[in-house]
Amino acid sequence: MQNLKQIDPPSDDKRWRIVQATMRRNGHKRSGLIETLHTVQESFGFLDEESLRYVAFSLRTPLSQVYGVSTFYHLFSLKPAGKHSCVVCTGTACYIKGTPQLLQEIQEMYGIKPGETTEDGAFSLLTARCVGSCGLAPVAVFDGEVLGNQTPDRTMETLRRWYDDE
Amino acid sequence: MNEQFEQITAKEQAAAAKFDNAVHVCVAASCLSSQSDKVLETFQQQLKENGHSASCQVKGVGCLGLCSRGPLVAVSHRDRPESSELYQHVTPDNAPQIVAALVAGETAADLVCATDTPFFQRQTKIVLENSGHIDPERIEEYVAAGGYQGLLTAVTEMTPNDVIDEVMRSGLRGRGGGGYPTGLKWTTVAKADAKQRKYVICNADEGDPGAFMDRSVLESDPHRVLEGMTIAGYAIGADKGYIYVRGEYPLAVARLKKAINQARRLGVLGSGVCGTTFNFQIEIRLGAGAFVCGEETALIASVEGKRGQPRPRPPYPAEYGLWGEPTLINNVETFANVPPIIRNGGDWYAGMGTAKSKGTKVFALAGAINNTGLIEVPMGIPLREIVYEIGGGVPHGRVLKAVQTGGPSGGCIPEAYLETPVDYESLQQLGSIMGSGGLIVMDETSNMVDVARYFMEFCMTESCGKCVPCRVGTVQMYHLLDKIYAGQATTKELALLEKLCKMVRETSLCGLGQTAPNPVNSTLRYFRQEYLDLLLDGERVTAVATTPEAQP
Repeated sequence: MQNLKQIDPPSDDKRWRIVQATMRRNGHKRSGLIETLHTVQESFGFLDEESLRYVAFSLRTPLSQVYGVSTFYHLFSLKPAGKHSCVVCTGTACYIKGTPQLLQEIQEMYGIKPGETTEDGAFSLLTARCVGSCGLAPVAVFDGEVLGNQTPDRTMETLRRWYDDE
Repeated sequence: MNEQFEQITAKEQAAAAKFDNAVHVCVAASCLSSQSDKVLETFQQQLKENGHSASCQVKGVGCLGLCSRGPLVAVSHRDRPESSELYQHVTPDNAPQIVAALVAGETAADLVCATDTPFFQRQTKIVLENSGHIDPERIEEYVAAGGYQGLLTAVTEMTPNDVIDEVMRSGLRGRGGGGYPTGLKWTTVAKADAKQRKYVICNADEGDPGAFMDRSVLESDPHRVLEGMTIAGYAIGADKGYIYVRGEYPLAVARLKKAINQARRLGVLGSGVCGTTFNFQIEIRLGAGAFVCGEETALIASVEGKRGQPRPRPPYPAEYGLWGEPTLINNVETFANVPPIIRNGGDWYAGMGTAKSKGTKVFALAGAINNTGLIEVPMGIPLREIVYEIGGGVPHGRVLKAVQTGGPSGGCIPEAYLETPVDYESLQQLGSIMGSGGLIVMDETSNMVDVARYFMEFCMTESCGKCVPCRVGTVQMYHLLDKIYAGQATTKELALLEKLCKMVRETSLCGLGQTAPNPVNSTLRYFRQEYLDLLLDGERVTAVATTPEAQP
């Protein structure tokens, strides 16, 4: 009933092959949608309309469903991310130990709220529900590296270093 | 199969016997984020340079428990086991110092972390028995520590019914928070008629902020969870299992993937488990950041690749679950308890804990407490003992105000009730829940209205939007709390908030909405005055509370 023939990707970008491999591993079934979107995001950094259409078409899933799933889950982003990423943990332990102050400081300095990217595209500010390193609260993740016991000064220092490296 | 296990064990023991000393570096998430991987590297390098790599074993192990003192390094000596040490806050820079002390047969005194404290002495480790002892990335070490023995016994000597009876006798209850008897759940799924097949799902979507027990188990001892799931599969007649892991836990996912491959190669997973005709496959499913997916029907929808929205129950997943088939869903910690129950018998397990809550529970201690980290204690232990003895009390000479259990579905327990024993029923009576095991301590700098507002903001953002009471109710409650906290509300609005709490609790579709008012209700119950102090027309007894300042 399902035609499992592979559909050509939108461009000859090699990253599509990784996406295709994920879909193949899940037998091009609808149940592999979340896994596929994870792969797209890992490969391209975010989910754009082109990739959503391609995934929907390949998995024989209505585009509305694909769009629904990609907007339902927090980890998926439909906007391009900045060059660096700063994820501030907003778990309970981090919250009572000063996360609000960190976010406020960043907002005052760079003018961005959680979920936004600086105008120059240098970094995106994100929040996480809990990264599970509560022993080190408050915690922030800079480009995948978890740093504990953050204070506004220490956080700003790390962010400033990204600019200095340019 | 048993011979193969014995061979592996003998080989492992022989390999360990070659070393005079052993250095175990914690490489679980918390220590890893304080660069414990570099510490491990430095140790290897140092011992090599000094020509001691043949006599001293260096390996990365799972969580050693006391996360606030990380990176932790445990050093043990074969010929004098009594003088093993635990070192705290180890950096690559002070590795040479420890190596020098080790070679000279001395102790690097200034780095020692005392292990004769209640934190280490008062714990009973079942789920965490291998944590900090074995290398989580090697199946051989798990086998040498008695791993997969439970599975082997189950599939070769017991019938599926025997296995269920044993779990039933142990009195094990769901460790995800609900506390439903595990044996009963297994019986229901085992009896259910499948159209084609049955499924086992392991819920590793640890969404409660401040909880990191499951993560630690998966990172420190992944094989234990696989073994528990496989035993469950045998007991209920399933041949396929899924582990639904949070996308935020990349290390846990990596270690699980490795563990699944190793288990397949050894023949304890896949087709013909332990040389029998029983087949069991396990697949990993990645979550993508949705708290509601911890609810079982929402989790099933997510495994099916859909939006994680719950549906009304019944039918329960035990009858109509993944793809409409009977499905067993248990939490990571529940599965991790199964292998020792089969190995040592249900009666052994039932010998621990209280009349209704058996065994042990893993808690993640966090917040305003000296010893943050992971602990495992027998059920029924008083909260006071956890906080003041094991946890070492509140830092900076501050006073304890409340203990928050159960995450956004739980409540705040004030200091006056700290004598309460930790079990499912007692915590429920106090208006909180056991939850998955996050235990957050708050001191006097935390304003309880702010805490309630924080949790309501959480529930509001995490509401899946399917049912109206939760979708709209949480938003309204959040705005009311925000208004109260800003000092702009009146007694009328407080009354409205209480009314809304009742309505949302009674009419929401799933657990998220039904328990969303819990933090508000429990803070209103024990800290009502803090709300009144903020009202425009409330009966104030103290000065207007100001925004609490961040702790140093």
